[in-house]
Amino acid sequence: MAASLRELRQRRNSVMATKKITKAMELIASSRIIKAQRAAARALPFTHELNRAVSAVATYSRADHPLTKHSTEEVKKVAVFFITSDRGMNGAYSSNAIKAADRMIRRLLDEGKEPYRYVVGRKGVSYLNFRQLPIEAHWEGFSDAPRYENAVEIADRLVADFLAEDGVDEIWAVYTRMESMISQVPRVRRILPLEVVEGVHDPDVHELVPLYEFEPDPETVLDALLPLYVRSRIWFYLLQSAASQLASQQRAMKSATDNAQQLVEKLTLQANQARQAQITQEISEIVGGAGALAEQN
Amino acid sequence: METIRVEVVAAEGIAWEGEAQSVIARTTEGDVGIMAKHEPFLAALVPCAAEVLTEDGRREIVAVDGGFISVADNRVSLLAGYARVAGEIDQAAAERELAALEKQIEGSEVDDETRARFHRAQAQVKAAQLAASEHR
Repeated sequence: MAASLRELRQRRNSVMATKKITKAMELIASSRIIKAQRAAARALPFTHELNRAVSAVATYSRADHPLTKHSTEEVKKVAVFFITSDRGMNGAYSSNAIKAADRMIRRLLDEGKEPYRYVVGRKGVSYLNFRQLPIEAHWEGFSDAPRYENAVEIADRLVADFLAEDGVDEIWAVYTRMESMISQVPRVRRILPLEVVEGVHDPDVHELVPLYEFEPDPETVLDALLPLYVRSRIWFYLLQSAASQLASQQRAMKSATDNAQQLVEKLTLQANQARQAQITQEISEIVGGAGALAEQN
Repeated sequence: METIRVEVVAAEGIAWEGEAQSVIARTTEGDVGIMAKHEPFLAALVPCAAEVLTEDGRREIVAVDGGFISVADNRVSLLAGYARVAGEIDQAAAERELAALEKQIEGSEVDDETRARFHRAQAQVKAAQLAASEHR
């Protein structure tokens, strides 16, 4: 009985130590979400302006460009780019993103297309390595605080593979959109060929179409515009995913802390019971012993 | 005096915005000046120090590392991966970086990344110098 009491107390102490750690991680995550959300909000004007510019070129010029037009031949090779976290303790954040990417890849395989995997985050890399699936390229170490340079590096690689002879025909991205603090949803979006929807509408008959002047010509402008557009998309996805990751981490750590608290309470009760049982037993032993002595006399 | 709305937008946020009398920036074809009610216009920029003549007659100089200028509906937006207002540039640091990169570029073949950094540093130094000459 004494051993069990000691065990219970030891377990309670270790749970309390774990609780302190999860509580600290929860607080760190919640302070960093605000920073991540602010970064995401600051990047919005850039994304909006680029969308507007790309829409302008796409709508007001008849430019034919490898990045905008569908290749006439059948789509064969498809790049799937997905964003996961570097570390665990994020609840279902990484596995949700991986599941979404997996569904996408399975659909591609069903359609007879060839998927190429591009991954951000150690979790995604180890998932693919464990299943011995090929990885085209991976980037690590910035999943919770991406920098614009990271986006540039990724975007340039994707665009290079897209433009390369015998390269991929389409690029899809899987990221986690930060809907709110309690809801983060994995999203699948096509990056290339362009799917410009924002602000594009067929001009009414009565509406005057602004005649854009392109310098030197629409093709050259598109050449320079589109890589920047892809960078801004990747940048946007990275920032959204980072904010989602932190929100998910905060939630996971909060429930871990709550669980630890419950466990501590349960273990305290059990320890008290064990202590009581031990005292009761001691008393009954003494009383029993005294009774036996009295009978002898 | 009629004015035009100007926004200088970088990936990490808006570098400068406000009403202006005119904007001068360097495109791949040469310098362009934009004033109020300019026709819709879209051009690629080279790394340069763009000049904005603000509503109250001040001159704001912004270093950009390429990107775009687009004009529509009496609104100019300069769009670049990096953009910085001259007042926020540390001229000494930018010059040091420029000197170091110059050496690298002279020395041998370099990758695009270094070249891009070189252009960025060049634009920053130029912007800082322009801003300094203004105050004298």
